[in-house]
Amino acid sequence: MSTQAAAATTNTSHWDGGHSPYATNSKKFGMWLFIISDALTFSALLFAYTYSRVSNPDWPTPFHFNPSIIFSSIMTFALLTSSLTMVMAVHSMNHGNRAAAGRWILATMAAGATFVGLHLTEWLNLINNEHVTPASNPWGVPLFGATFFGITGLHMTHVVIGIIYLGIICQAVMRGKFKAEDVEVAGLYWHFVDLVWMFVFPLVYLMSAKI
Amino acid sequence: MSQPITVQTFSKVWISLLILTAAEVFLAYEQVPTLIMLTALIGLSVVKAALIIAYFMHLKFERLSLFLTLFPMLIFCILLMLIFLGDATRIPHMRPGA
Repeated sequence: MSTQAAAATTNTSHWDGGHSPYATNSKKFGMWLFIISDALTFSALLFAYTYSRVSNPDWPTPFHFNPSIIFSSIMTFALLTSSLTMVMAVHSMNHGNRAAAGRWILATMAAGATFVGLHLTEWLNLINNEHVTPASNPWGVPLFGATFFGITGLHMTHVVIGIIYLGIICQAVMRGKFKAEDVEVAGLYWHFVDLVWMFVFPLVYLMSAKI
Repeated sequence: MSQPITVQTFSKVWISLLILTAAEVFLAYEQVPTLIMLTALIGLSVVKAALIIAYFMHLKFERLSLFLTLFPMLIFCILLMLIFLGDATRIPHMRPGA
């Protein structure tokens, strides 16, 4: 790490500042700042959910292992796999292979779209068959629907925005535009969406499991 | 910039994440007592988050100053939220008829 940093700037100390105190480009640093602020948004939502749940001892646990938990585990698998394909896209782009990078980004978008498709199927099943809405549900604690649809809805919005973002990056990469750093910054956003799901999945689904 | 990571590393991280997820799902299947379950799930999720941030988001190979600028304050703010949790445990006892 220190040789890398020394190569990036002429300063001897990490704390000298200079032209590039973090040895990253400004796009990457900007995306990191956005990710940190968005992480706080999701933390606050998950905390509000925890608070509601602790203050309601009769909070429902409606997700049966088969099919709900298995279904959401498949969604988790799709999102984790999309992170692997995204990292491969960044890797290919760093090695100057634009065609491969474009294909990996398309694979990432496909996995993301699979996630959204499965998630919407689950939502429609909950709304139509189990009569859960953001304001009411058959199990007596209305906040269940509010927190469930609020948290998963904001996360799904992020995934959809990510797919659009990657689509823009992908068509540009295939036409020879944009640099490796642009793919890397898009990758940062995509991994963050995956990261958030790593907390939503256990807290919202697994903690509400019923055999 | 990309020399410390190989495709093999990515695959290993991905497999580790899948194994940790499987462990979480197994905990749900076994219906572990709530508090133990919550502690184990949060612990496993923090490990998963660290793997994603370190390798997929490349932070392990950035300057230490970037990590120090971003993460200590994030962790501190999240921990500060927990101050309110004590209120949540008292609310059920404050309801009329409780």
